[in-house]
Amino acid sequence: MPAQRDDSQARGTAPVHISVDRAYTDGPQHEVKIRARDVNVFYGDKQALFDVSLDVPEKAVTALIGPSGCGKSTFLRCINRMNDTIPGATVRGRIELDGEDVNDKAIDPVILRARVGMVFQKPNPFPKTIFENVAYGARIHGLTSSKAELEALVETSLKKAGLWGEVADRLHQPGTGLSGGQQQRLVIARAIAVSPEVILMDEPCSALDPIATARIEELIDELRHQYCIVIVTHSMAQAARVSQKTAFFHLGKLVEAGPTGEIFTNPRDSRTQDYITGRFG
Amino acid sequence: MLTWIALLALFLFSGATYAFGRRKAQAMAARGKPGALHSLPGYHGGYVALWAGLPAALIVLAAALFGGRMEAALLRADSPAAVQALTDHGQAVFFDDARAMAHGTQASETIYEGDLRTAIEDKAVQAKRLQQLIQYGALAAGVVVGLAGLAIAYPRISPTFRARNRVEGWIAVLFIACAVTAILTTVGIVASLVWESWRFFQSVPPLDFLLGTAWDPQIAMRSDQYASKGAFGAVPLFAGTFLIMLIAMLVAAPIGLYSAIYLSEYARPLTRGVVKPLLEILAGVPTVVYGFFAALTVGPIFREGFNNLGGLLVGGPLNGLGIYLSQVQNQMALVAGAVMGIMLIPFVSSLSDDIMNAVPQSLRDGSLAMGATRSETVKQVVLPAALPGIMAALLLAVSRAIGETMIVTMAAGLQAKTTLNPLDTVTTVTVQIVTLLTGDQEFDSPKTLSAFGLGLTLFVVTFILNVIALRIVQKYREQYD
Ligand SMILES: Nc1ncnc2c1ncn2[C@@H]1O[C@H](COP(=O)(O)OP(=O)(O)O)[C@@H](O)[C@H]1O
Ligand SMILES: [Mg+2]
Repeated sequence: MPAQRDDSQARGTAPVHISVDRAYTDGPQHEVKIRARDVNVFYGDKQALFDVSLDVPEKAVTALIGPSGCGKSTFLRCINRMNDTIPGATVRGRIELDGEDVNDKAIDPVILRARVGMVFQKPNPFPKTIFENVAYGARIHGLTSSKAELEALVETSLKKAGLWGEVADRLHQPGTGLSGGQQQRLVIARAIAVSPEVILMDEPCSALDPIATARIEELIDELRHQYCIVIVTHSMAQAARVSQKTAFFHLGKLVEAGPTGEIFTNPRDSRTQDYITGRFG
Repeated sequence: MLTWIALLALFLFSGATYAFGRRKAQAMAARGKPGALHSLPGYHGGYVALWAGLPAALIVLAAALFGGRMEAALLRADSPAAVQALTDHGQAVFFDDARAMAHGTQASETIYEGDLRTAIEDKAVQAKRLQQLIQYGALAAGVVVGLAGLAIAYPRISPTFRARNRVEGWIAVLFIACAVTAILTTVGIVASLVWESWRFFQSVPPLDFLLGTAWDPQIAMRSDQYASKGAFGAVPLFAGTFLIMLIAMLVAAPIGLYSAIYLSEYARPLTRGVVKPLLEILAGVPTVVYGFFAALTVGPIFREGFNNLGGLLVGGPLNGLGIYLSQVQNQMALVAGAVMGIMLIPFVSSLSDDIMNAVPQSLRDGSLAMGATRSETVKQVVLPAALPGIMAALLLAVSRAIGETMIVTMAAGLQAKTTLNPLDTVTTVTVQIVTLLTGDQEFDSPKTLSAFGLGLTLFVVTFILNVIALRIVQKYREQYD
């Protein structure tokens, strides 16, 4: 069932929470890529997000942190409208991608999702070969016109994801045969193969060992020069290492957001303070 | 009767030894510190009861099961000259009759006179004595063994004795025995199938059977009757089986698969909750009901449809086809196959739906998040992931189609024909087995034995199908697990 949308109340109101969203301005290239205003999400009768307003900068990593069940994944799924696929989920409010409301009727969620890639908590390569996994989006969206072009795309995507060296000689073996960390990089390669503008990552390292995690973090750091990345993480240290902007969620509300350094050294809200010092979570 | 009484007595005896052993162990536990006893008292009791009861019970059971045979064998040990003069068959009847006389059961109608009369009376007396000897011998042996078991097991009870491990060992033996029974039964069935088939192939060469194209098992009752030999070429039967299976799968595979896709990928939970149980009820309809649905409803409708179509074509450029169609009968492969296909739909859809549901949601999410539509996701991700399971479901459906009897008996006719024409009447292997074995039959005529030949061939075919299915599943497992 498609989610119902209502953006009438989103405009004009001056939300309270925006005051704590301090923009990340590390140079002029970091314009706002995604602008969320008064986003409310309901699962049936249960409200999961309350009036969330957040600006996500272009060509930077934004980390969403907060205790389990506070709505980080829910917010992430609003951006590529994956909540549409959950029966009973309703999204209200306005989410702009480059100034365009993603919930607008004129926007086809299928096209939107090609612009906004997603990487999940558990690596989920398709039951296909490594090659076909990466070629998946290109085939679906008709991005390449020849076999050579497709091969080149697969190669560059795998190179960007830092996986090429490990799989170049076994492209036609099942993607599910790779290690967990390799699978996650394969999934990232799959996502970037369709040249998305935004990459959403929902706890991409929570199923990985420390070495694989370090590889992914390096990769995220490289990718941020080309993409707008939003990452959900449970690890404060990871948020501090890879992100430029951090948003702290608590009980479905956005408590505060700002440049990562500031959030970690000088949080304005006591709840943020408590969370980052490990007093709850 | 005696056996039952003996078993009951043994059971009570064994129960008493249980209490006995348990008490001894409890007494030891009471004296020692807590935990001093290796096993709980119940295990000690169980251990004693097993020793006291099990071997004795096995002896009594063995006597009950094999006593008759033993008696017969002993009876034959030394037979008078008059009996030895009889043919083998005559001797067998003689001894059966002697035992029947002894035990007051139904004897043959053979009349014994002279030497044979005295011999059979002697043997009857001897049989009675042997029976008593075996029965009471077994009882005595049971008592001795039971007491011996008690004498062996009871002294073993001590705080350090590992009664629990012993008893659990015996329980494991019980499980193994059950598994072995299942396996041995299967082996026995296959062996009898092979044995009877071998007897059949004595009179009909295997190649004639497997490659022969004429099936006409009617053998003359008297040798002076005409058309006596019969023909045992199984090709028409397998052709009929294959044709009907093909039609059934052409109906069941797409409809079953597509409804499974609808159920697992598109239906809302509420719809699914209603539709799936409904489909499963459909799977519980007895095949005989499908059979008369095919014979009485679908058959006439199809015939009428084809006849009318034929009427339209007669006189036109397709005159020949028109005439053929207007003469089509109620019974045809198409009707049986189509109804069988309907019967298999819930089978295919329910299994495939379960399999597709088992495909992790994360794969669907991954595909949708790539910007794939729902149908692309089904086609590219869900179906490939579910393929091995779906293949297995389809092969199982094929097995059922091949083994199905009732619908075909009622709706496809009984005429053995090698044809791929779905409008023709055909017959199948299973239907022929039924017609060969129902009614009064002489057991060792090729006609009856041919049923075993058919059964064996059918078994081999389904066996190969299953092996292939397992191979496919395994191969995919290795690839995608
Ligand atoms: N598909 C769903 N159906 C119903 N409730 C959901 C669903 N997904 C999440 N929720 C609820 O919404 C709240 C936020 O969940 P989520 O966004 O997954 O939190 P987080 O990712 O921060 O741990 C939780 O209370 C959760 O129980
Ligand atoms: Mg989450």
